[in-house]
Amino acid sequence: MIPLYVAQIGVVVAVFVMLLLAAAVMVYSERKVAGAIQQRYGPYLVGPKGALQPFADVIKLILKEPLRPVAADRVLYYVAPLLSATAAFAAFAVVPFGAETTLFGLIEEPIRLQVADVNVAVLVIFAITSISVYGIVLAGWSSNSKYSLLGALRSASQMISYELSYGVSLASVLIIAGSLSLTEIVDAQQGAWLGVLPRWNVFVQPVGFLVFMIAGVAETNRAPFDLPEAEQELVAGYHTEYSSTPFMMFFLAEYINMVTAAAVAANLFLGGWHGPFLPESLGWIWFLAKTGAILFFYIWMRWTLPRLRYDQLMQFGWKVLLPVAALNLILTAAGVITVGR
Amino acid sequence: MLLFLLAAAVAVAASLAVVLGHNPMHSVLLLIVSFAALAALYIGLDAPFAAVVQIIIYAGAIMVLFLFVVMLLNAHREDEGAGGAALGGRPLAAGAALAIVLAAELAWAVLRTRRAGGSWMGAGPESDGAALQSVRTLGGVLYSEYSLAFEVTSLLIIVAMVGAVVLARRES
Repeated sequence: MIPLYVAQIGVVVAVFVMLLLAAAVMVYSERKVAGAIQQRYGPYLVGPKGALQPFADVIKLILKEPLRPVAADRVLYYVAPLLSATAAFAAFAVVPFGAETTLFGLIEEPIRLQVADVNVAVLVIFAITSISVYGIVLAGWSSNSKYSLLGALRSASQMISYELSYGVSLASVLIIAGSLSLTEIVDAQQGAWLGVLPRWNVFVQPVGFLVFMIAGVAETNRAPFDLPEAEQELVAGYHTEYSSTPFMMFFLAEYINMVTAAAVAANLFLGGWHGPFLPESLGWIWFLAKTGAILFFYIWMRWTLPRLRYDQLMQFGWKVLLPVAALNLILTAAGVITVGR
Repeated sequence: MLLFLLAAAVAVAASLAVVLGHNPMHSVLLLIVSFAALAALYIGLDAPFAAVVQIIIYAGAIMVLFLFVVMLLNAHREDEGAGGAALGGRPLAAGAALAIVLAAELAWAVLRTRRAGGSWMGAGPESDGAALQSVRTLGGVLYSEYSLAFEVTSLLIIVAMVGAVVLARRES
């Protein structure tokens, strides 16, 4: 028997390591999928089928020389990547990824597969996302370079604009679930209608899901909304001046943010770890499958759609996405009042 | 107790640094630190919702706008010598009057809490801190008992926004 606190520390360490590995897997699959879409091989030299490429990249990045522009703000230049990476890891802390488990009888009391069960979990994720904007803005400003600054400005205005639609589409799910706790929202999606259709929120909230996914892509600065790092015009955007480990931290934060966004979407709309065929204790397999499917969709979209123009991005965010999300919220609220949950 | 002391110390130190610092960018960031410390205080008061909303709205939204302004003006350094004296007596007097009113208000609130049996460091046993935990209760109170204040506040914000747009518009 293992004491409870050891098990909980184990969960924390496991989440940390899994996030790092998830970022590596994402980098590899992004390059492989991109290769497949563009009819080339992608990485294939390092390890079997190039699977060790991300690790080779990490070693390469660490061994590079860290550079700092002379005119850069000495403190903030290094605070920015730290802030980005920390926020990325912290956001996952409140995301549950499986039902209560005793780890095959290893511990007496069942524990949740989640670092911290907070009763306002949804809002905590939202708060940490809003803090992560600072990592990007500070990176752009402290570099003292015009490409970085432009990238940071774009990124910040994009994130603020799409955060609204993100939050409003989220609110319609909260109204249906009647709770701010991610665990409760997931548990409300257990079972199936008429024994066939799973009770996932995506079937009740198709519009909400669509808005949430689009806004999620914009929040994580992914194509077709990757204006902050549009390489043709901005070199690399906010991290133009960064090299070595600080650059790696931005890179890591970007991929972990994607994983978190996908995991949250899976929990809110696709029933989290609930699904047919598998017992509750193996629910994390469902969770991984759903998150993986959303992540594949992200990559697929990046290599399929061209980048929007900046004014198109803002027009779309404020004049299409936000009104649709708001209308959906009002209709959902009216539906819950008249019909009930 | 430990949480309170730690968060309070961070909040006070960061706020002092905001006022005394010379780099506007650093001041904005330290103000965010101060807000984060306030959020920690709210958690200590059993109000996680207020804490998270504090971060989302103040640290996440309003301060980003501040940061934008400082960045776009490219104000690397405050004009040296433009201290309180250079501003002249009037703004200083107005600021001092506001500060005195705020201090009086604070003293009144603390005294009232103590009379109700609470300590000055946190909500007392009889206070309605527990009720504030529930988002449902908060929403209910906001839209019934305090609905007038709520609507007036939102009107005020809209008026301020319209005013800013009017001021910024170029005469054509």
